[in-house]
Amino acid sequence: MAEIAIETRDLNLWYGTFQALFDVNIRVKQGMITSLIGPSGCGKSTLLRTINRVNERLGYVRTTGAIDVMGEDIFAEGVELARLRKEVGMVFQRPNPLPLSIRDNVLFSHRIHRGDEKVSRAEEDALVEDALQQVLLWDDVKDRLSQRATSLSLEEQQKLCIARLLPVKPSVLLMDEPTSALDPKATEALEALIWGLRGSYTILIVTHNMAQARRASEECAFMLLGKMMELGPTEELFLSPELPETADYIEGRYG
Amino acid sequence: MSMFARTTLDQQNRRVEWLVKTLFLMMTVLLIVPVVLIMGILIQRGAPVLSWGFLTEVPTNGMTAGGIFTALIGTVWIVTVALIASVPIGVAAAVYLSEYAPDNWLTRAINLAIINLAGVPSIVHALFGLGAFVVFFGFGRSILAASLTLAVMTLPIVIVATRESLQAVPHAFREACWNMGATRWQTIRKVVLPNSISGILTGVILEVSRTAGETAPIMFTGAAAFLPFLPQGVLDQTMAMSLHLYVVSTQVPDVPDALPFGVALVLISMVLVMNATSIAFRVYLRNKRKW
Repeated sequence: MAEIAIETRDLNLWYGTFQALFDVNIRVKQGMITSLIGPSGCGKSTLLRTINRVNERLGYVRTTGAIDVMGEDIFAEGVELARLRKEVGMVFQRPNPLPLSIRDNVLFSHRIHRGDEKVSRAEEDALVEDALQQVLLWDDVKDRLSQRATSLSLEEQQKLCIARLLPVKPSVLLMDEPTSALDPKATEALEALIWGLRGSYTILIVTHNMAQARRASEECAFMLLGKMMELGPTEELFLSPELPETADYIEGRYG
Repeated sequence: MSMFARTTLDQQNRRVEWLVKTLFLMMTVLLIVPVVLIMGILIQRGAPVLSWGFLTEVPTNGMTAGGIFTALIGTVWIVTVALIASVPIGVAAAVYLSEYAPDNWLTRAINLAIINLAGVPSIVHALFGLGAFVVFFGFGRSILAASLTLAVMTLPIVIVATRESLQAVPHAFREACWNMGATRWQTIRKVVLPNSISGILTGVILEVSRTAGETAPIMFTGAAAFLPFLPQGVLDQTMAMSLHLYVVSTQVPDVPDALPFGVALVLISMVLVMNATSIAFRVYLRNKRKW
């Protein structure tokens, strides 16, 4: 059986007095693409944002329970958030490349995490090429690496947003509806590249789009009203869901 | 009759529309009348005294002749020292308020204090500067005391301009940085500041214009009506353009008519040149902006 990359145990989360997650237990297998589906407001994005602890910035968030990433408790004392976020990359709904050149975007995370360590131009070039190759963007942009990243098309921007996470060698990539701002063709391209990353990274991807979950993920988790309903191999979940709620949702009776 | 034909109600609406538009246009035109008049009169009456010598000679004959060199250089001193004091404080405070401060009662109290500071009349600042810098800190009547007084007075301009330009940087950039594990300072230094520098500079230049023109605060704290020599350091007194204008306009007998206009023209030109520079700079930086 595959190793577990992310495991939550009885995870509860409150925004102020509103409880958004109820005793969530999920085990995400290492190196696989797991999709997280469920109707709006079911807590998919909240769960995602708890795994890199970026939710805490809001200030009024309270959590109980535990999350282990690669076997380590992320709520343990002494966990440095910068380390956690280096290990657990996040991709957003809207592509948000930084207002820097393509090259500087790819190197941004690497530069902030390497401190004073000297890295030669050639090594940086290699990092940039490797990252952009992995997201299938290298051939399109290799001649204009100094161009501003915000001038790229949305599809290219989103690919870049994935590429900039890779030079620091994360183990987990969280993606919050990464294709919802893209047209169908770009969505297809993104799905292809995400599919290509499986094996190298554990990918947890939130999606509204059931067809996408079905064609682009190996495991699928269904959430409803803050509760984890069921998790299993994608094909099984779609063909023979255990719960009537899951069946109703994937058949489009609500959501 | 077509169902789309104009009715009396439509006619009434059109009339009101025209009236409102015309009224607002007239107000806008009214707005520029004083500017045009001031500039027109200044140029017409002040231009005759302008010459290279007017800018490079010291005032002579009880300030009724000669140039304005000492006042011009004095203003440069005062403005420079004021900027050195206020820009670092103002920018740092704005960065703190915009990027670090939690939204609590203390932050709100600080914001209220800044707004109030901007509303304090300049004569009150003058008296504060006299008490604080001239007497309490013992700087005496000096460039240092005058500049610090002006710095306190213009701090809100820098803070507000800086804070606004920081907040104009889209939040998504910060989110992206934080999610990659960047600290606040890394985010500010690498993304936020480089993209708000044009707005910050605009604030600084606005502050320069304001500092160059203020009279009351420096009259009490370090500007002299007449000095035949240039200041040698920040603890010296100095002449200044704004005070010189006040003095030659109201305090000195037998001043040639054109002289005050000439002084005013030079002062306003300084400010306009600085404003134009700031606009040019802002356009340049905005074109360089990368989103």
